[in-house]
Amino acid sequence: MTLDTVKHATSTPDAEQPWAALGLKADEYARIREILGRRPTGAELAMYSVMWSEHCSYKSSKVHLKQFGEKAPANDAMLVGIGENAGVVDVGQGYAVTFKIESHNHPSYVEPYQGAATGIGGIVRDILAMGARPVAVMDPLRFGAPDHPDTRRVLPGIVAGIGGYGNCLGLPNIGGEVVFDACYQGNPLVNALCVGVMRHEDIHLAQASGPGNKVILYGARTGGDGIGGASILASETFDGSKPTKRPAVQVGDPFQEKLLIECTLELFREQLVSGIQDFGAAGLSCATSELASGGSGGMRVELDNVPLRDNTLSPEEILMSESQERMCAIVEPGKVDRFLEICEKWDVIATVIGEVTDGDRLEIFWHGEQIVDVLPRTVAHDGPVLNRPFARPSWQDALQADVPTAERLKRPAGGDELRAAVLALVGSPNQADKSWITSQYDRYVLGNTVLSTPEDSGMIRIDEDSNLGVAIATDGNGRYAKLDPYTGAQLALAEAYRNVAATGAKPLAVSDCLNFGSPEDPDVMWQFVEATRGLADACQILGTPVTGGNVSLYNQTGTVAIHPTPVVAVLGVIDDVNRRTPIGFAEEGQLVYLLGDTADEFGGSAWTQVAHDHLGGLPPRLDLERERLLAEVLIAGSRDGMVDAAHDLSDGGLIQALAESCLRGGKGARLVVPDGIDPFVLLFSESAGRAVVSVPRSEELRFTEMCGVRGLPATRIGVVDGDAIDLQGEFTLPLAELRAAHTGVIEALLA
Amino acid sequence: MSVRIGVVTFPGSLDDRDAQRAVRLAGAEPVALWHRDQDLHQVDAVVLPGGFSYGDYLRCGAISRFSPVMETIIAQAKVGLPVLGICNGFQILCESHLLPGALTRNDNLHFVCRDQKLRIENTTSAWTNAYVPNAEIVVPLKNGEGGFVADERTLDELEAEGRVVARYLDVNPNGSYRDIAGISNAAGNVVGLMPHPEHAIEPLTGPSTEGLGFFASILKQLVSA
Repeated sequence: MTLDTVKHATSTPDAEQPWAALGLKADEYARIREILGRRPTGAELAMYSVMWSEHCSYKSSKVHLKQFGEKAPANDAMLVGIGENAGVVDVGQGYAVTFKIESHNHPSYVEPYQGAATGIGGIVRDILAMGARPVAVMDPLRFGAPDHPDTRRVLPGIVAGIGGYGNCLGLPNIGGEVVFDACYQGNPLVNALCVGVMRHEDIHLAQASGPGNKVILYGARTGGDGIGGASILASETFDGSKPTKRPAVQVGDPFQEKLLIECTLELFREQLVSGIQDFGAAGLSCATSELASGGSGGMRVELDNVPLRDNTLSPEEILMSESQERMCAIVEPGKVDRFLEICEKWDVIATVIGEVTDGDRLEIFWHGEQIVDVLPRTVAHDGPVLNRPFARPSWQDALQADVPTAERLKRPAGGDELRAAVLALVGSPNQADKSWITSQYDRYVLGNTVLSTPEDSGMIRIDEDSNLGVAIATDGNGRYAKLDPYTGAQLALAEAYRNVAATGAKPLAVSDCLNFGSPEDPDVMWQFVEATRGLADACQILGTPVTGGNVSLYNQTGTVAIHPTPVVAVLGVIDDVNRRTPIGFAEEGQLVYLLGDTADEFGGSAWTQVAHDHLGGLPPRLDLERERLLAEVLIAGSRDGMVDAAHDLSDGGLIQALAESCLRGGKGARLVVPDGIDPFVLLFSESAGRAVVSVPRSEELRFTEMCGVRGLPATRIGVVDGDAIDLQGEFTLPLAELRAAHTGVIEALLA
Repeated sequence: MSVRIGVVTFPGSLDDRDAQRAVRLAGAEPVALWHRDQDLHQVDAVVLPGGFSYGDYLRCGAISRFSPVMETIIAQAKVGLPVLGICNGFQILCESHLLPGALTRNDNLHFVCRDQKLRIENTTSAWTNAYVPNAEIVVPLKNGEGGFVADERTLDELEAEGRVVARYLDVNPNGSYRDIAGISNAAGNVVGLMPHPEHAIEPLTGPSTEGLGFFASILKQLVSA
């Protein structure tokens, strides 16, 4: 069997290559030949095909993602922006925080447990590679219809995978979302977020600089998992005597990753690392080409030195393997011994596989023969950029015209009907208590969790002496985005922003996970274009730059795409975590205020879904200046002790928030419908820019004056009292009955 | 002379820093012990923290039991060294035969993280003497393999000798026999506990501060000794 060396490729220009089977288009293959001035070797073809894939190259989305940089608001807090493994934000006192959200959607459908588990593993390594200690994870999840049999397969596996991996890593899981909608049947969304903390001086980048510096591969051995397309190459090139049926989904080992974390942090502490990159999609192909491309020179790699689990792997497979729990570091020669010593201490395998050269090429050798000779930039960064056609879908106007007015959808009237509607809402799978899921995640480990689900945002203390902390919330509403992707994406941002502010933290930065259908469908592409434009515009106004994130396309079955689902994570900072604001109404006698304006807005609302299975009209209007004002008031209320509890209003409206605040705090509320508003609209509308707060009587004057001076509508709607939600003249709903409807829903579905 | 309490870090230990924090807040000096090091560095007591030591491969605690540091700890515990095993630490103590019984997969087959009510039934052990008898406390519980099992005779013996240190109240979260959450050895110096008192030491981050009593107990015992 001939090894396809560079020499061999040069001498056999007309050899047939499986570029189409590897997912390359004819023009892309031609471009590779043009770049190289010859046909690529099998190994080069493997590298280009995977690095130029949609997943790695962002070829469909790149031209639109540019806006996040171009429209980025001036923000002194940004230390590292888009393009690195994750963005880094200054949170004061010399601390920097890095966070990022990513998708692992497709693998989690194929193999729920491992797909979700390795999703956590991958995002944690991204954070680690920036130089930070990972301190928490979150996971926004979306599943198909709650009563669909396949949901019963997918959901428990995904939850167990997230728990199994995250719990074993020792990272608290502090929040996320769980949403059911038939549109995700066959395309569940598993997004995973990790946040890490470091000192400013500890920031590390993916750069291979300094000729003579060693390239060290450390962590797990390389096996045949996740090699996907490389097996095609193998079957074309090699005989059939090798192991087959390798898993397309990678298999995670959280124990190995925990060692990798501790080992890497110790390597950082001793300043042994000049550049670092984690192994994610595209494995060694990605890590070497990105490190070399980000650095000053070239790189030479001896592939024979890569420790293998399966020594029958071909060089192409080694380059493409997505075996988990591996990292690649650039280390000065004088520091190699100490580097290896620390790896040995943590029982982590570490091997020098190459060195940085003073050339400009990435050269890879196998059994002494050169199989790769490329300019690394052409692999890592010069992938195709597509301007895919997009057009407003023909059905969009009709969808938006189907406004859920009182005439179109029957609304509950009178106390009894309202009461029944409340119970139906809080007991619907999307609005119900999610503790069956979240109780499978460790929220306590590391001892710095100040807030976690079901609070509005997760909050982590990052300094035990100064009590500096960060808060993060993730939100997305595919129903809103389907009705209007521009506003829908902005509403996702606004909700996460509001959630962070509701806990008392000041929103600083954004990471996004953009989940869409096929970019080859102009309808879907239009949704994507609108959503990115909306998000970039809103980030500019709110002053919260996008620091990084991820795009997941092709979330569709046949021609049916998921709802466009931009999921937005907002990170905020709080000077003193003792001042955090929880959601629970805990003190009898405190006054309940509704902040913001409530209008008759039901497009995409939870009520229309629960009561009528309806989706139409427009999502709630959004006033970003109002969102900013509301956030300022919530933060000031927390800081100055004027507000004891706060809960943002979003899907499900006021009554959903009140139910959660009452159940969380164990206290009821006596409420009055303010003049001039219909009780149904008051309870169920999803107008944006609102929150409900509980104010100690002693602070009422100060609080209302503050709202008045700043121009934020604040309406007193009741008082925390008793053990029921009592809406004067309409209904009384004992907390016990409310709790019975709100809890046990998920387990009943899965039983 | 401050009290020195060692906290062992195995590969895969997760709550080691938390145990150190609890030791510190209780007023003792935490000393990090390393699984490969047989030297206990003159500590007065040892905490085996929660986590997934050695990945919990084979069986929870089965590999850790053979680590160099455990050789010394097992020998010292037999002659009175106070040892508290929390969660994975409890599993290691059972695998080491310093405590009877075993911890098995939760009966509901899920990892469970919850604020758990307990009753402290033994207030004479090295790690529980600061509690009032039958004190009811709430501390976090988080485990996948926390079901305590033993044969009937052993269970009867534990009950008769007052070695059931803590019992689950309201909810038995993992199918532990007789709702047992923690036990001690006959001498009372070795205690294993499935829930996590080190996560209930600050009002800011825990459901209560009622876990601090375990660490206050050992201090009380060592200072008065």
